[in-house]
Amino acid sequence: LIVTDAGFTRRHMSTAVDGEMVAAPTQQASHAARQHWLAILAGASAGQLETAWQGLTDKPAYRALRAPETGLIMLRGRVGGTGQPFNVGEMTMTRAAVQLLGSAGEVTHTGFGYVAGRSARRAELVALFDALLQDPARHDAITAAVVEPLAVRQQAAKARQSAKVAASKVDFFTMVRGE
Amino acid sequence: MNERTVTASTASAPYGPLEPGLRDPVLGSQTCFRAVLDALAHPGRIVDLPQALAGSPPATLCEATASIVLTMCDIDTPLWLDPAASPAAPYFAFHCGAPLIEGPAKASFAIVSNPTALPPLQSFALGTDEYPEQSATLIIEVTDLSALHGVVLRGPGILDEARLSASGLPTRFWEERQALAELFPRGIDVLFTCGGRVAALPRSTRIG
Repeated sequence: LIVTDAGFTRRHMSTAVDGEMVAAPTQQASHAARQHWLAILAGASAGQLETAWQGLTDKPAYRALRAPETGLIMLRGRVGGTGQPFNVGEMTMTRAAVQLLGSAGEVTHTGFGYVAGRSARRAELVALFDALLQDPARHDAITAAVVEPLAVRQQAAKARQSAKVAASKVDFFTMVRGE
Repeated sequence: MNERTVTASTASAPYGPLEPGLRDPVLGSQTCFRAVLDALAHPGRIVDLPQALAGSPPATLCEATASIVLTMCDIDTPLWLDPAASPAAPYFAFHCGAPLIEGPAKASFAIVSNPTALPPLQSFALGTDEYPEQSATLIIEVTDLSALHGVVLRGPGILDEARLSASGLPTRFWEERQALAELFPRGIDVLFTCGGRVAALPRSTRIG
């Protein structure tokens, strides 16, 4: 049963965000890139995101399209990764949507944030970074300053966890009777 | 899941220019609900809705219509928009997730932004004798509302008689409404909106 992996949650959330994005005429090719940064942002802690936000030199003006709200989503799993999907249970999550405003007050980019748990600020920050990353003028700088360092840390944490789990692995053998 | 399917089908409008919904979803919808309840309890009375929206109402619609839909509609209430109101489809799909449907027949709520092209009232869901609540609530945008003149209303919630004038309504509306009266408890409930005001014409009200 593969449901305890934290990556499961993140994959699931990326899918949810992607569902919302269908309505936006975003190029198909950029979907994968956006899923990637959203997955990493959604996996970051509130502190990491807040630090990154405070580190921005020019913070954009923005307004809430959907103020952060907490609700439940149904998690689905498959036995062994290949079985029929089934509902594992519900988890708490918080989502937010923000619109970046240009100099004339016009909406330039819309960002979405879906995070596990009940931190409103965390969802808002994910949405803000999502919106900023859609801006071609700021994409590369934010990727280098925020997304990549977070990705490296998450990768390392996952590797540590995997190593720890692997050390406790037990193989069960069925002794075949020699007849 | 349903919400997403619908959102995808209204793909023409990007999310960029969407307006925000209720400023405070909980308090805003509660005060708005209370105002609509007041209006329905006193047919013909013109009630001011609280200014609950964080931004402007969606294109072509008035503030009252938008607040009422955001208050009343969710994923369980199929919503029909008349062609004049259809530019607001992405707004409602995003903020309340109501399934947007093609024809008026199965709608729980219907927004009529251009009353001159109002479909015959018989074409909306009227409920059944066992389940009269499975009927449509019409939100009709009118150009002006006045309680000083217009048709005479009688019935529950009205002490003696009330008057209501809704400008922009075709005269056939009152004839069709009259024809529905004998179907009670089947029927439709109507909310007239204009700017930030609302007046109600529930099915229990008699005209004339």
